[in-house]
Amino acid sequence: MSVFIFRRLLQALVVIFAMTLIVFFGVMVIGNPADILIGQDCDGPCRAKVIRSLGLHLPVHEQYLVFLQNALKGELGVSFKAGIPAIHLILQRLPATLELAFCAMFIAVVVGIPLGMWAGLKPRSPSGRLIMGGSILGFSLPSFWVGIMLMMIFAVQLDWLPATGRGDTREVFGVAVSIVTLDGLSHLVLPALNLALFKLSLVIRLTRAGVREVLLQDYVRFAYAKGLTNRRVILVHVLKNILIPVVTVLGLELGNVIAFSVVTETVFAWPGTGKLLIDSIDVLDRPVVVAYLMITVFMFIFINLVVDIVYSLLDPRVGLAESRT
Amino acid sequence: MKARQAIVALLVTTAISSAAWSEELRIGIKTETSSIDPHWQTLIVNIQIDRHFFDHLIEVGDSMELKPGLATEWKAIDETTWEFKLREGVTWHDGSPFTADDVVFTFARTDQVPNAPAPFSQYTRGKTVKKIDDHTIHISTEGPYPLMATDVAQFAIISRKHGEGATTADYNSGKATIGTGPYKFVEYVPGDRIVMEANADYWGGKPAWDRVVFKPIPAGPARIAALKSGDVDLIDFVPPADINTLKEDPDVAVWQGPSNRPVFLHLDSNRDLSPSIMDNEGNPLWPNPTRDWRVRKAISKAISREAIVDKVMEGNAVIATQLLPEGFFGYNEEIEPEAYDPEGARQLLAEAGYPDGFQITLHGTHDRYINDKQVVEAVAQMVSQIGIKVSLKTHPVATYYTTANTRAFSFWLGSHSVATGEPSAQLNHLIHTTWPGTPYCCTPRGYSNPRVDDIIEAAMVTVDDAAREQLFKDAIAIAVKDVAFIPLHYQLNTWASNPSIKYTDRIDEMTLAQNASKQ
Repeated sequence: MSVFIFRRLLQALVVIFAMTLIVFFGVMVIGNPADILIGQDCDGPCRAKVIRSLGLHLPVHEQYLVFLQNALKGELGVSFKAGIPAIHLILQRLPATLELAFCAMFIAVVVGIPLGMWAGLKPRSPSGRLIMGGSILGFSLPSFWVGIMLMMIFAVQLDWLPATGRGDTREVFGVAVSIVTLDGLSHLVLPALNLALFKLSLVIRLTRAGVREVLLQDYVRFAYAKGLTNRRVILVHVLKNILIPVVTVLGLELGNVIAFSVVTETVFAWPGTGKLLIDSIDVLDRPVVVAYLMITVFMFIFINLVVDIVYSLLDPRVGLAESRT
Repeated sequence: MKARQAIVALLVTTAISSAAWSEELRIGIKTETSSIDPHWQTLIVNIQIDRHFFDHLIEVGDSMELKPGLATEWKAIDETTWEFKLREGVTWHDGSPFTADDVVFTFARTDQVPNAPAPFSQYTRGKTVKKIDDHTIHISTEGPYPLMATDVAQFAIISRKHGEGATTADYNSGKATIGTGPYKFVEYVPGDRIVMEANADYWGGKPAWDRVVFKPIPAGPARIAALKSGDVDLIDFVPPADINTLKEDPDVAVWQGPSNRPVFLHLDSNRDLSPSIMDNEGNPLWPNPTRDWRVRKAISKAISREAIVDKVMEGNAVIATQLLPEGFFGYNEEIEPEAYDPEGARQLLAEAGYPDGFQITLHGTHDRYINDKQVVEAVAQMVSQIGIKVSLKTHPVATYYTTANTRAFSFWLGSHSVATGEPSAQLNHLIHTTWPGTPYCCTPRGYSNPRVDDIIEAAMVTVDDAAREQLFKDAIAIAVKDVAFIPLHYQLNTWASNPSIKYTDRIDEMTLAQNASKQ
């Protein structure tokens, strides 16, 4: 297993390197950061000085070499816009995003799997149809619009929850967490719900499809024939066997939610990394974009690794050594 | 609903002493600052925050008039030297006195902020500061320099004691954010909030609010929701589509006033061949038709500014006649708005030798100015009506100005806010002929007229205010008559608040707690 993990990490390095190359040159193709950062009244000499201090006077390939040298030393560059090391900016925002992402995934799993199973067990009942109809809405309504609607209903009309921002945070193991305060929790509900909606629909559909398939399998009939209770058949034999596709998809979706929850974070003014990324792209803040995507690539590879390990735990037939072929 | 409020109120009062919270103002802003360091970036969104913590020698008022700040009076004592009298009895937030040493230190520091993307040194360069006594300084320049007061009004004065050796990070953390301003630094959480509390010893009197919180809320509908749900008390940059609805809403007060941001069109009229002007067969057109004054005039006449203001901007804009709105230094009141006259436009085109028109591409942004995409769409439609075939391309601002700087456009949307309250920057950057390596180098422009250049250059060394203003007016009059650019409209600035708060609108787009009061 350690060989397997080592190989995966090596692959990660190659992918990260390729990604830096693409992003670095990609940003320069979009436009020149200097044209956006420098003020309208900063002319001639002022402009030249700024361009030099940001290192933008070098040809792009030399800038890239400078970046690689620093990256090997563990420095991923300083944000053009904020003047703070990019990695600090990202780490500063990461707790907020992780909190939001995990809450959203928690909602998706805790609500999605039972609903999906219900819809799978009783596909023709009105409640089953209602669940499936609802999941179509969850898939197809744009997240931006749903966010605004949630805000209008729960914050403006009913006045139950605050509309935007993160609320009070408290330090837990040195990390600012808002889920432990009442105010923080009330701020978290709407964005987490908005972010969860799509995943929730996905989980419902996957679970339902899995249940429909597994119910027809011989071992389920055997289980019933053996006289096991309905409860035991469903909770042990059916549930365990439908989890593999759900875990795979959720693993990938978790990566997506952490890295790219841009829309929800923007709508709810949630101070997370998704908003940081979009702001940085807007002003071509290359060091932040590159560092952010490096972390994202690493995270995806790590999550995939974890998913593979969880597989082998869920299904004894899947061995990690097999992945080598 | 009431029960929840009661619980929240109870929690708040038990958690913290209620006195400190008695007058709190929460402001939802569209764009957050990039740093608390007041010398980091010359952006309105940065300056509006630093003006709470720091004062400037000369303050910029609501209509961008200059008024005494940390300097009580200033005058030119000879051709190249200005004397500034500093306010006495002012203290920094830590209680230490404000003196001329702090000013001398500030001038030096503006040029020494590592990696500052838009440094304030553009306002301090070429100026030598000398301390005469604790409350008098002399600022001298090499030649006559009329814009002294304007330049000095642009940057915050920082404390020498706390600023020596301080980095941008020290300002972000609040360690060095010790100012003389009406509010003291409490907390800065990027992306989430900036918190400040009243400076009871402020030289201008105790501020109106005990505590002020700025929250960045970038999405327009979310800003409105935050206001209507009571999360914030005041928002800026109300989305134009919602302004008229909010005006009818009894739970919301809307505050609107003119802005310093004109929106106009440029034509690449200074080259014999322009990249996106073609004849009707699609071949490059030589010579460039926009070199002819009559073609430029025809395009300007083809545009109905009334339609843009009434329909596209839904009344939330003012028709523009020149580079800067009424009331600014250098505004030429003799210039009349260009009347919508498609017939006259067609006639001018025919006179210029293009009765069948030509093809041209109009470039614009779709995420920079209010309704910018709809504005250029309307312009393209209207100009097509006189026989010029206009194709339209819109770009995100992230790529727009980079491309414009390579002179790839022939006909494009532009804007240049009147940041200093007078037109020198606009004239230098948009109207004066491009000269690489000089102050006239960098912004994209397409016009050149040696006569206007001479007037602009003369104005830049005329210290006498009345004479300089006349030169500005002359330069603008010729530029408008010669259609150096095509003015469209001036944007309006719009704030909204809960009805218990009054916001005094500012021309410079700044959102300041100082301008909000209980009513």
